[in-house]
Amino acid sequence: MRRLALLLALAATILGAPVYAASEALHPPSLKWSFDGLFGTFDKASAQRGFQVYKEVCAGCHALSLKSYRNLRDLGFSEDEVKAIAAGYTVMDGPNDAGEMFERKARPSDHFVKPFPNEKAARAVNNGAYPPDLSLMIKARHDGANYVHALLSGYSDPPAGVTVPDGMYYNKYFPGGQIAMPAPIAQDAVTYADGTPGSVTQISADVTQFLSWVAEPELEKRKRLGIQVMLFLIVLTGMLYAVKRKVWADVH
Amino acid sequence: MSAPHASAPLTNPLLRWIDHRLPLIGFANSHLKDYPTPKNLNYFWNFGSLAGITLVIMIVTGIFLAMNYTPHIDYAFNSVERIMRDVNGGWLIRYIHMNGASMFFIVVYVHIFRGLYYGSYKAPRELLWILGVVIMLLMMATAFMGYVLPWGQMSFWGATVITNLFSAFPIVGKYIVTWLWGGFSVDNATLNRFFALHYLLPFVIVGVVMLHLVALHSHGSNNPLGIDTKGPQDRIPFHPYYTVKDLYGLGVFLLVFAGFVFFAPNYMGHPDNYIQANPMMTPAHIVPEWYFLPFYAILRAVPDKLGGVLLMFAAVGVIALLPWLDRAPVRSAKFRPIYKQLYWVFLIDCVVLGWIGQKPAEGIYIVIGQIATVYYFAHFLIFLPLLSRLERPLPLPASISAPVLGGGPIGKGVPAARMEKP
Repeated sequence: MRRLALLLALAATILGAPVYAASEALHPPSLKWSFDGLFGTFDKASAQRGFQVYKEVCAGCHALSLKSYRNLRDLGFSEDEVKAIAAGYTVMDGPNDAGEMFERKARPSDHFVKPFPNEKAARAVNNGAYPPDLSLMIKARHDGANYVHALLSGYSDPPAGVTVPDGMYYNKYFPGGQIAMPAPIAQDAVTYADGTPGSVTQISADVTQFLSWVAEPELEKRKRLGIQVMLFLIVLTGMLYAVKRKVWADVH
Repeated sequence: MSAPHASAPLTNPLLRWIDHRLPLIGFANSHLKDYPTPKNLNYFWNFGSLAGITLVIMIVTGIFLAMNYTPHIDYAFNSVERIMRDVNGGWLIRYIHMNGASMFFIVVYVHIFRGLYYGSYKAPRELLWILGVVIMLLMMATAFMGYVLPWGQMSFWGATVITNLFSAFPIVGKYIVTWLWGGFSVDNATLNRFFALHYLLPFVIVGVVMLHLVALHSHGSNNPLGIDTKGPQDRIPFHPYYTVKDLYGLGVFLLVFAGFVFFAPNYMGHPDNYIQANPMMTPAHIVPEWYFLPFYAILRAVPDKLGGVLLMFAAVGVIALLPWLDRAPVRSAKFRPIYKQLYWVFLIDCVVLGWIGQKPAEGIYIVIGQIATVYYFAHFLIFLPLLSRLERPLPLPASISAPVLGGGPIGKGVPAARMEKP
């Protein structure tokens, strides 16, 4: 068994050091998130505020194409609220019986409406850069939640000796240090309905909470089921061990 | 394959009628129940059955995934996300399948290193060993093609890098690559054939596993002492002894497996694979899945592309030749003082190769990778053949029962009757 432990330790050494882009981006500071840990859950109030941030700040450039308006029910919005949110957008539908495409108000079953019809259109108005879809952003970056939070709240003037070309901005958390997105969040960029003060850190944390839910909507269910499965397996394995001991008692 | 029935003859006339014509019950009795097994197997012998169970888990979850997956470059990525978000229980099935691949390799690598330590590849188990190497190769092919299916950035660029390896072969190389791709780049045709093959190969693996078991059951399991069983006092029936031991091991294994699935499902994956494949944008570092890293390191240890490819295939091939490279008559490293040391050095060498495989190929990493690669082959091609001549093994016990009973004479030990359940 000692050898097994050694072997597992060796395996952990290989697995424990996944390598990521070695570009000289600063590693984001680790914050405490409500969804971390074995019993982690989403902070729904924060995620709702984060949705407001997405809607008012991010949605102008960033799509969220894997989400539907109906999904917002999971964040605590009522059916009527979701209908009202969806109705604020227009989607192209059709063809109708006359063979024509027509515009209609979005329904809860529709996916989030994209800000640009295609990548070319997005690049045309964003100085050649393509604002990525945010549906999976938290999972698509190493240490995603901390990274997104640090990036949003980490804009600063470039250090001496670093020149940033026109149309680019300095951000020490972005690989390479130069990002095409101007600092998206300013003090009080969003006025929260619940009276939460709109500091840059608060807004960044709220939208990160929202995007974490967007990327891993199953997280709460997964962790809850995981606890049940682990408890069941611990009891089952303990009983199997007892049976094993008993069956083997007469083997010498 | 026809071990004598030790179980009581069937009393139910219908079952007896069937078994006389289609001896399924007799087969199950002789291979799953009465199958005589060395009584001294340690927990490392659990990993064979764990590998078999993981294969079943992978096939079952894979079939359900295939029902919801769309093998088309425009839809594959989103169809996987639809499984994660809108298919009932889809996230669970997919995370089991995704982490199951890693668990499968962990289990199989422990299984292989157990065989290396206890000399399980030696006569009369050479073909059993080679069938095992074939299974490992099929697993690698299956895992590689499966990783392409979600059509993320690492899927696409991993597929591009690995299929391009074949272009290293002179003259025919580029034709092979075009043939593999079904076009002139990794594209929809490639994704389609990878999906078809990814569905096919697991069943080929099942077939080879059957052969692996036939070969195993011809001479029975090796054991930690590496000596043959000398009589009934050395053996116990598979059921209930090893069924219950395997079930207990399965419980521990599932705890680890579930820990990853529920609490760290993306730990062994790469974040870039949650970005949809984009042929116009190369990731900063293209890294294969962790289980390929040692072989990837060997591939990159050679500055010449063709040389690297050949060396990588040789790294697997040399494992298959092991029974003829290690000619020492003693199986278990327990009685081979020098081999025992070399075994651990070799294991560390493989870990070092894995570590190098995920580092960028630059500076000191290249040198370490080359030294580790040379050592990998030296272990098989120089040290083991030399050891077969030079090493003086420790005296072997007379039988499996003998050391347990403090070296008492054979036959005086525990009577066989005591080992059978009433």
